[in-house]
Amino acid sequence: MSAAHSAGTATTNRHKLRANQLGIVYERDGERIAALEDINLDIKDGEFVCVVGPSGCGKSTLLNVMGGFLSPTRGSVTIDGEPVTGPDQRRILVFQERGVFPWLTVEGNIGFGLSKLSRAERQQRIAHYVQLVRLQGFEHTYPSDLSGGMRQRLQVARALAVNPDILFLDEPFGALDSITRVIMRGELLRIWQTERRTIVFVTHDIDEAVQLADRVVVLSSRPAKIQKVLPIDVSHPRNISSPRYLELRDELLKQIGLAYEI
Amino acid sequence: MRFPGWLRPTMFLFSLLVLWDLAVRAHKGLLIPGPLAVLAGIGELLQHGLLLKYVVASLFRVTWGFLLACVTAIPLGLALGWYRRGEMALNPISQIFRPISPLAWIPIAILWFGVGDLSSIFLIFVGCFFPLLLTAVSAVHTIPAVYINAGRNFGLSSAAFVARVLYPAVMPQLLVGMRITLGIAWLVVVAAEMIAVNSGLGFLIVDARNAGNRYDLVIAGMLVIGVIGLLLDLAMQSLEQMKSFRWRSSED
Repeated sequence: MSAAHSAGTATTNRHKLRANQLGIVYERDGERIAALEDINLDIKDGEFVCVVGPSGCGKSTLLNVMGGFLSPTRGSVTIDGEPVTGPDQRRILVFQERGVFPWLTVEGNIGFGLSKLSRAERQQRIAHYVQLVRLQGFEHTYPSDLSGGMRQRLQVARALAVNPDILFLDEPFGALDSITRVIMRGELLRIWQTERRTIVFVTHDIDEAVQLADRVVVLSSRPAKIQKVLPIDVSHPRNISSPRYLELRDELLKQIGLAYEI
Repeated sequence: MRFPGWLRPTMFLFSLLVLWDLAVRAHKGLLIPGPLAVLAGIGELLQHGLLLKYVVASLFRVTWGFLLACVTAIPLGLALGWYRRGEMALNPISQIFRPISPLAWIPIAILWFGVGDLSSIFLIFVGCFFPLLLTAVSAVHTIPAVYINAGRNFGLSSAAFVARVLYPAVMPQLLVGMRITLGIAWLVVVAAEMIAVNSGLGFLIVDARNAGNRYDLVIAGMLVIGVIGLLLDLAMQSLEQMKSFRWRSSED
């Protein structure tokens, strides 16, 4: 393990992830479609960044490129100065739904990436993350018997268990009902504050972005460019009716081109 | 009034038997034996130790033909499903071979393997191979991309990926395909035994007719075939019920 990696959990201000003139063009039915164009973004170690933008603009594409699942056609992504060439255990992508393996129990899912550890270590790690995401008592339950919110917590636990530096979350709460979604945001913040990983979180929900992020990256419609990067200078826990919060929220709505009066 | 679950089908079955018996008594010239005669036939077969011998012989052939088809067609199908180019190359051939009834292979089976167990095993193998191949190919195609991406994300070796993602992901669909195919195997064995061997339940039926029109034994053989087919299907179903296999059907 590199020195840079072992220092990964400490919160420092150096750059963790850098996207440099990132562009992606793909062909569909002989037509060339630009999905991302000239994305330049630096993400600090331990930072929580939300990416918002109109639907279909390429938010998920950006996340897939950062995670190594897609190769960019232009530019590069570097993490700790190393170019990203493929998926890697040090950065885990959490999917919107159905991301957990339905043929494994809660325990099996959390332990999925831990086969290299000794049995005792693995058990200990599993127990720790079961507790962190509050799934005690469900260790031997299969995902089909869990609620949607529990399944997403399980997916986050499976991701955290392999001790990644970065979590990429692709609309992780998008399929949940609105009450569960609010609870899950609180849970994610709690986990982020105890574990201090770098998080890149794609969402189409403005409130979600303002409640969670240190900075919100607004993408334009396709081909996606960075339209605005908005720092959220409100400390946690955030008062969601404070004037500053509402101001930031309105600014984001305006950026996306939505009126904030209906 | 509530009936226990087994009562209704049992009563229905019993009334059918009674109807059968009455019909046979009313038309004595038809040579069709009644249920009691069939029961006596089964008793006779048991007494001579033939029933068990024939059932074992048939099951032996089905087991080998089916297992051979499983261990060849399933890995091949999984590989073809994964590497689309391979599938594109092989698809026309498998589409041509698939609609050929396994029974059309009987002359070739006898030519290659003579009269005996081997040729019936071969026929069952042929009958099972293509359905299993196609099941495996389509099972791979329907694996949700998230499972594949999640598997890749956790840095698995190719072997570990196959064992821990690919195999469990295709299992539910594969089991359904195997269950249907085992039914096919059971159909084929009876036909194969009528021609290529001199033991087994298919042979029993042909032999009973040839050796003096013993239609009681013919129907006894048919019933035994039906019951064993049912038991095989139940066995496969219970495999599907296992929690770590049946995940797809129970999700959402």
